[in-house]
Amino acid sequence: MKSTAFLSRSEWIGVAIVAALILVVLPLSVDGFRLNLVGKYLTYAFVALGLVMCWGYGGILSLGQGIFFGLGGYCMAMFLKLEASSVENTKIQSTPGIPDFMDWNQITALPWFWEPFRSLPMTIILVIAVPVFFAFIIGFAMFTRRVGGTYFAIITQAIAAILTILIVGQQGYTGGINGITDLRTLNGWDIRTDDAKYILYFVNAGLLLGCVLIAYFVKHSKLGRILVAMREKEDRVRFSGYSVAGFKIFVFCLAAGFSAIGGAMFALQVGFMSPSFVGIVPSIEMVIYTAVGGRLSILGAIYGTLLVNWAKTSFSESFPELWLLGLGGLFIAVVLAFPNGLAGLYQSYVEPRLGKLTGKKSDETNGALPQGSPAE
Amino acid sequence: MSDDNKFGPESQLRRKLLMGMAAIPAAALMPKVAFAQAPATSAINTTGLAVTDTEVTVGILHSVTGTMAISETGSVQAEKLAIEQINAAGGVLGRKIKFIQEDGASDWPTFAEKAKKLLVQDKVAAIMGCWTSASRKAVLPVIEQYNGMLYYPTFYEGLEQSKNVIYTGQEATQQILAGLDWVNKTKGGKSFYLIGSDYIWPRTSMKIARKHIEAHLGGSVAGEEYFPLGHTQFNSVINKIKLKKPDVIYCAVVGGSNVAFYKQLKAAGIDLSKQTLLTISVTEDEIDGIGGENITGAYACMKYFQSLDNPNNKEFVTEFKKMWGEKTVIGDVTQAAYLGPWLWKMTVEKAGSFDVDKIAEASTDIEFTKAPEGYVKIHKNHHLWSKARVGQVQPDGQFKVVYETADLIEPNPFPAGYQ
Repeated sequence: MKSTAFLSRSEWIGVAIVAALILVVLPLSVDGFRLNLVGKYLTYAFVALGLVMCWGYGGILSLGQGIFFGLGGYCMAMFLKLEASSVENTKIQSTPGIPDFMDWNQITALPWFWEPFRSLPMTIILVIAVPVFFAFIIGFAMFTRRVGGTYFAIITQAIAAILTILIVGQQGYTGGINGITDLRTLNGWDIRTDDAKYILYFVNAGLLLGCVLIAYFVKHSKLGRILVAMREKEDRVRFSGYSVAGFKIFVFCLAAGFSAIGGAMFALQVGFMSPSFVGIVPSIEMVIYTAVGGRLSILGAIYGTLLVNWAKTSFSESFPELWLLGLGGLFIAVVLAFPNGLAGLYQSYVEPRLGKLTGKKSDETNGALPQGSPAE
Repeated sequence: MSDDNKFGPESQLRRKLLMGMAAIPAAALMPKVAFAQAPATSAINTTGLAVTDTEVTVGILHSVTGTMAISETGSVQAEKLAIEQINAAGGVLGRKIKFIQEDGASDWPTFAEKAKKLLVQDKVAAIMGCWTSASRKAVLPVIEQYNGMLYYPTFYEGLEQSKNVIYTGQEATQQILAGLDWVNKTKGGKSFYLIGSDYIWPRTSMKIARKHIEAHLGGSVAGEEYFPLGHTQFNSVINKIKLKKPDVIYCAVVGGSNVAFYKQLKAAGIDLSKQTLLTISVTEDEIDGIGGENITGAYACMKYFQSLDNPNNKEFVTEFKKMWGEKTVIGDVTQAAYLGPWLWKMTVEKAGSFDVDKIAEASTDIEFTKAPEGYVKIHKNHHLWSKARVGQVQPDGQFKVVYETADLIEPNPFPAGYQ
């Protein structure tokens, strides 16, 4: 590291460009509806960002990030649902004052684990704490036993599937396959109005930039160097006296925390939460965002997420019956043509030329994988 | 929520609306006949919907990809057929219907996103769409917030009623009670084994069925089991059925699970011509996948079968096959989806306006005498009066209608005593 701050100059410029894009350019150039969609996409970028840290730098491929996105989202949705289920809103139910789906399932009292979600401060704590704690348990159980690589990926995938089945099966407590729908207010503030959507968009964008800075901080700290070292040669790090499991647990929890913030912002902006964000398919989709963006690039995660989701939305609007094929084609093209994603493309084609123009050498080389190296 | 916020200051439609208003004096000078045929846009569209002097835009929102595509494709086809027929007959208030189709992709959040797009960006006058309860629950808050109009075709669990939705399928009591009465009377069914997929519709339906069996039929429930969506291993429940020998297997298994369930029943030696099985979830569409020979003899309680013998239906089946091919089959929901555009057209013409508030108001007592199922009428709770029918599956995959209620059944989405 040449600079004393935790960001190098080119990284500052990159962050500034992203910030300008999502805080100024997009809000000015697209209408309210599209901006709300962008806001939704950016909540996935939290997950992609977590994956860059955990997979790109730490070498831990998790195919179950939907678990943490979902847990964060559910925590927030439970609070919002309780607020929407006031006694006067639910007069027609056999038990007024509990969420509507509980009433449909003949539950007559609020289950104990819903009680903490009556308070907003408690909810905000739990949004982060529940997924991080869960990640800690998974990480502790796996990494201290030196489970890694493909086995870890498969186990996370299994946990995502199990959690989905649990949520769908316990529909009296969770809303089942329908999810938790019809969320209206946050502490009395109507989150469905256009003004609220604008405010939530900027809160979301701000949080995302905050997470980006945290990610850079971790990357440039000694911790970040150890992560990369671990990815490259785990045994050597272990023999040097480092607790490999501890670092892995940390980065896995960090990724879970990022995902949880994304999930909570998703519930706020979209107004509902359902098990379809928890399972295997969304979890893998989120890995794809990271792959398209470039799994070693913190900012690439954001661009990748935006690009894939934009393609998804616009393909499906123009070709409702063929869009999945188009999307599949895009993924194949990305993997075949630039395996390091958008960031790889930038580094190998754009940056050298920029460097020539400004006469400076790039310093974005630490932690880069050699071209075409396998995912694991 | 003020109107200004809803549509934004730069709304093109608002500008068009103002132009339309400016055109009123000019229109007054035109010959009276032309004016009466197609009323001025400004008069029949006061909320900035996508209505021009020649066209009105509606949305079609179903899954054409993903696991639900198999079921929802029929609905899309029926809605397109209805729209084409309405256009051929002169359109709605002198305007041709143009549709924008969006794909819900079997994913509930996508449904909500697309519904919002249709309402906010395309400003469609109505949406024909949704299929599963989950997709409807996801779309409902959006429709209510932006004051849209949804025509929902599927038979569903009830417990819902909205100013912004017309439910063209049956709510649970309309489908369940008459069928149970019939099986009790003609087959002497006293003990029932209830099997369903595990989500809100089967659970609510079975709750109603159980209350009816125990309280009104003096029967008993031998077992009640639910399986996750997409489940394909039914051997354990089939063994229990063989052990308990219920008079009736009462079934609400949905989607792809049906294929496994009926094949395994047959393989286990349960002969549906001897063992009575009554389902509320198998239509001609599902039989297409199950194979008629695997489910021959089972009974289904629906409001519509493709084999219904009436002139409306004959014409409908012919037209449908002409448009979509000889091999297509038409199930209960497909027919209900066909009703959507027609009911909307008649409501608009009764209200003399495309405004959603006026349509919601005018929907009560709209009658459709050309309905393939016979005759339907919209109740003031926005569900349809309809008959219940029981059909028996034939080896060719069609139903033979064996029973039909004498009168239309009143929809009652919040049935007292069944909750």
